[in-house]
Amino acid sequence: MVTLKKSLNLLAAVIFTASSVFSYAQSNAQTLGESVQETEQSLGETINAAEVADHEHEAEAEHVAGEKSQAEKVQDHITHHLADDYSFIFFSDEETGKHYGFSLPVILIDNGLKVFMSSEFDYGNKVVEKDGQHYKLYHGKIYKTDAEGTISYDEAHHPTNEKPLDFSITKNVASLLFTTVLIFLMFLSLAKTYKKGPNNLPKGFARALEPMVLYVRDEMAVPNIGKDKYKKFMPYLLSVFFLIFLLNLLGLTPLGFNVTGSISVTACLAIFTFIITQFSANKDYWKHMFWMPGVPVPMKIMLAPIEILGALIKPFSLMVRLFANITAGHSVVFGLIAIIFVMKEALGTAGAVGIGFFLSTFLVILEILVAFLQAFIFTMLSSLFIGMAVAEHEHDEAHH
Amino acid sequence: MDKLINDFGFGLFFWQFIILLVIVFILGKFAWKPIVNALEAREEGIADALAAAENAKREMANLKADNEKLLAEARAERDALIKEAREIKEKMLADAKAEGEAVGEKMISQAKATIESEKAAAIVELKTQVSSISIEIAEKLLKEELANTEAQAKLVEKMLDDVKLN
Repeated sequence: MVTLKKSLNLLAAVIFTASSVFSYAQSNAQTLGESVQETEQSLGETINAAEVADHEHEAEAEHVAGEKSQAEKVQDHITHHLADDYSFIFFSDEETGKHYGFSLPVILIDNGLKVFMSSEFDYGNKVVEKDGQHYKLYHGKIYKTDAEGTISYDEAHHPTNEKPLDFSITKNVASLLFTTVLIFLMFLSLAKTYKKGPNNLPKGFARALEPMVLYVRDEMAVPNIGKDKYKKFMPYLLSVFFLIFLLNLLGLTPLGFNVTGSISVTACLAIFTFIITQFSANKDYWKHMFWMPGVPVPMKIMLAPIEILGALIKPFSLMVRLFANITAGHSVVFGLIAIIFVMKEALGTAGAVGIGFFLSTFLVILEILVAFLQAFIFTMLSSLFIGMAVAEHEHDEAHH
Repeated sequence: MDKLINDFGFGLFFWQFIILLVIVFILGKFAWKPIVNALEAREEGIADALAAAENAKREMANLKADNEKLLAEARAERDALIKEAREIKEKMLADAKAEGEAVGEKMISQAKATIESEKAAAIVELKTQVSSISIEIAEKLLKEELANTEAQAKLVEKMLDDVKLN
């Protein structure tokens, strides 16, 4: 029975993951086969939620008014959680429409710097007027509008309104800042213990950090970059590892961060790795990229574009891997928690809570592993790429 | 893909960039580098201490081996000394014995010689005394025999006769 539940859970997880990524990849929602609904009841319900969610974009775009179903609400919630936000909301009261949290500053550069609190938008209900320019919050984005807040659309139902240059302290930025402060506190305290001499062992929490620093050094930096050169890259590798790890872990707390699950953040991290790799690369690296030694001239010409493409794909894979893993993890955890609401009728309140609790607990434990694993993989691959760029080819080039 | 690009927020990217720079450089200066250096220094210290301990152990072993060697040497020397002493003793004993024997023999031979000479002297004295006693006896006899003139004449005659015969 237990194995059945587990496999059911895994199946549901896979479908949920797929559905969320799918819905991201395709704005024109596609309908899932209707036959799926006739499968096992619980699974069917789950898929149903995903399917309805896929329709949701269309529904939203067409401004279909009316009561939303439970499943739609769930998908709305997940989409909302995964996206960035201008205010930090911990929970909301659906009936009164009240949100409990705090608003964050909006910083726009549009004919000068404009700073105001996001509470002025009233969660998209109000049009904000600053220096004669009107702004409206629409689906998590700020658009320039007229005084009434009219949004015009193109054929694909995307708003065509101009967007101001937005440097707002959004939810993700606030989370990032919070995590940064934590990292500073943690590692400055660790660094302080060594001021009395290297043999002064850290105490308390810092004691748990030291093995992790050693892990980054001994398992990632040294084996990939080499004993002579690793030290130069340690600040970057440690920063990236602990930033990703901590953001991933905090993302699993009820604070509800989804920083590493946003493409901007992973893109920035990947670009950093790319820049560091290119700028620390030695002669051999460039030679291998543009004029591969040890192969005939036509092959050299053939290989150069492939090598260049490879160099670009590496950071791209870093970006997508982290983004997709964390997004999928968050979607599945939210989906499983949503079982409590979606399957209330089918299983009864106690049954739905029990199953939702059991599955999501199991998945959160898995996500803790993923949180570490993704931080590890990102840092590991970064050091691998750096290691490839700085590697010395002492052996005869003709043997390639 | 469309949605992915739509989700890309330049503001978030910008802040992430700034924050990452801050973490890498500021924390790098105040935390990462000191931590990495301290860990390295500690490891070097441990490695050095281990090497030193290993050296000390080796030296101890060497010292012990040296001690044993010295002890063995001393023992061998002692044995040699004892052996030598025994040999010397034996030699001395043998020598003394030989010398004693020689001295004894010499003394015996001397004593023998003395005895011989004493014996000879005694014999000589005895001979002289015997001769003197014989002479005295002879004198007394002659005095008795030649107490009258006739006997004297007879003897002279006899002697004269003997001379004639010669």
